[in-house]
Amino acid sequence: MASFGNLSDRLATTFKNLRGKGKLSPADVDGTVREIRRALLDADVALDVVKEFTGRVRERALSDEVSKALNPAQQVVQIVNDELITILGGQQRRLEFSKQPPTVIMLAGLQGAGKTTLAGKLAKWLAKDGHTPILVAADLQRPNAVTQLQVVGSQAGVPVFAPEPGNGVGNPVRVAKDAIKYAKDKQHDVVIVDTAGRLGVDAEMMKQAADIRKAINPDEVLFVIDAMIGQDAVATAKAFQAGVDFTAVVLSKLDGDARGGAALSVASVTGRPIIFASTGESLDDFEPFHPDRMASRILDL
Amino acid sequence: FTKKTIDDDTWTDLEDALLTADFGPDVTDAVIDELRASVAKYHTTDPADLRRMLRETLEERLSRLDSTLMLTNRPAVVLVVGVNGVGKTTTIGKFAKFLNNYGRSVVVGAADTFRAAAVEQLATWAERGGASIVRPQHHGQDPASVAFQTVELAQREGIEIVLIDTAGRLQTKSGLMDELGKIRRVIEKQAPIAEVLLVLDATTGQNGLSQAMAFIEFAGVTGLVITKLDGSARGGFVLAVQEQTGIPIKLVGQGEKIGDLTGFTPHVFVQNLIG
Ligand SMILES: Nc1nc2c(ncn2[C@@H]2O[C@H](COP(=O)(O)OP(=O)(O)OP(=O)(O)O)[C@@H](O)[C@H]2O)c(=O)[nH]1
Ligand SMILES: Nc1nc2c(ncn2[C@@H]2O[C@H](COP(=O)(O)OP(=O)(O)OP(=O)(O)O)[C@@H](O)[C@H]2O)c(=O)[nH]1
Ligand SMILES: [K+]
Ligand SMILES: [Mg+2]
Ligand SMILES: [Mg+2]
Repeated sequence: MASFGNLSDRLATTFKNLRGKGKLSPADVDGTVREIRRALLDADVALDVVKEFTGRVRERALSDEVSKALNPAQQVVQIVNDELITILGGQQRRLEFSKQPPTVIMLAGLQGAGKTTLAGKLAKWLAKDGHTPILVAADLQRPNAVTQLQVVGSQAGVPVFAPEPGNGVGNPVRVAKDAIKYAKDKQHDVVIVDTAGRLGVDAEMMKQAADIRKAINPDEVLFVIDAMIGQDAVATAKAFQAGVDFTAVVLSKLDGDARGGAALSVASVTGRPIIFASTGESLDDFEPFHPDRMASRILDL
Repeated sequence: FTKKTIDDDTWTDLEDALLTADFGPDVTDAVIDELRASVAKYHTTDPADLRRMLRETLEERLSRLDSTLMLTNRPAVVLVVGVNGVGKTTTIGKFAKFLNNYGRSVVVGAADTFRAAAVEQLATWAERGGASIVRPQHHGQDPASVAFQTVELAQREGIEIVLIDTAGRLQTKSGLMDELGKIRRVIEKQAPIAEVLLVLDATTGQNGLSQAMAFIEFAGVTGLVITKLDGSARGGFVLAVQEQTGIPIKLVGQGEKIGDLTGFTPHVFVQNLIG
């Protein structure tokens, strides 16, 4: 949280007393590691990830690379930053397109995470790039999700496949399956399937998501997660990985002041890359994910 | 707490449990200090005692504020606010039904004139909840004018409770936060506002505190609603929110069905928090 001061400053204070001592003692390093641990917890990084991470940083901080450095504080910050970027995925990954069109993209995530909005953003972005995407209304649960997708589709200038009214009526597995056939017939080269929000603990709804996946064999399953999420990121990400086995992650609502520790948690726990950042309510608020920027954001470096 | 006597591992387990439930490092440290003092004072070594003390301190801290809804005005106007996607519109539907079950007449105002199909979504919930609805005349209509028309209708037709839905907004967007102040002022020209309910999503982490601070400043929040407690998230951040703001939790949402809303009971909440 902002009032806490940024980590670089806090570490600088911790190290001030050490100047001229040469090598850092384990006790010195412990103090530093405690500061890092606290900063990560304030940023909502999952506890298990924090423990593993600080363990690795501690080891490196005790090594020669730090004791020989001119400025040990800066060196430790550098190590923290490097380790963060490594977990967050090093270099970016792009969206995978199928060699055999259409490319099928399925969206999944908790309620209210930003899936339907992302569907519109992706469609608009792809259309601008010369693709001919179609949106598929396979959330037949949330009140007026179908209408919402239709509005989003018209804002994006992209057609919507919506054969069922929703609000509890219609079979989403069937709709998703029919959409693929429809897209082939009409020569849409990308199919984006919006699905209902669901909880990790809701076995029945998770099975429905798995059934949709099985029926359409997507090239990408994007797990959309709210940047404001706390420690529950781990349980939820694991549940969606086991349930639908997503291929990549999208972090949403990054336009706020959440530090976004969830990014680190999800990347570390699932090993799946974060590929997009959603940064607002308008359909243009969307960009590729930058691990280095996220690292600085998490630790307020 | 698997050990027979309280030792270092017990304290570490306790700390982990609190952090994992999103209490945050500050509250976690404070609770642990308090419990260490209690354990020393009562000379206990039994983890079962520690567990009981934890439960008691959390329940006591959560019970300090009065969670009664103040809905005696006629009409009683309730403004519902919060960041995007937390469950405002759904809560209004469930709340309308809840009030309906007590024989109260309810009108909802669709003052989210921005989000795609927000009005249609609220209309579906109003129907389920047995409430009437005031819709904007066109997309993007000034939300304050929809709120005005809703209160006006309630006064004209003698409807007892007014629930105003607003668009989700992140607390950092000053223009959108100012808009809430305008909605308030416009309503207050007609009738005093009975409650401003801030909806917080249980999956939220430490950002929940920043949300609460900003919405209190801009919207004059009088009560909190915690949603999505049916998931695996514990919602421990609300303890810090309650303590730092002095604003009580008044309603709890536990699902997507019309009946999934209850009042706030510290005992049940603590049960969910620490098992
Ligand atoms: N500020 C901000 N708001 C967003 C962003 N993405 C989505 N939203 C908003 O978050 C709310 C929920 O978005 P939806 O796209 O409906 O989320 P969803 O995951 O489809 O929700 P369900 O279908 O109910 O599970 C809406 O108010 C969106 O406008 C974002 O990146 N930033
Ligand atoms: N599991 C669960 N889902 C909920 C609960 N409350 C709301 N939801 C779901 O969360 C999603 C968002 O709910 P909305 O009521 O649209 O949220 P909102 O705050 O009005 O969203 P915006 O108007 O877009 O800011 C929907 O899919 C709801 O069904 C709850 O208590 N439990
Ligand atoms: K959310
Ligand atoms: Mg949706
Ligand atoms: Mg809403």
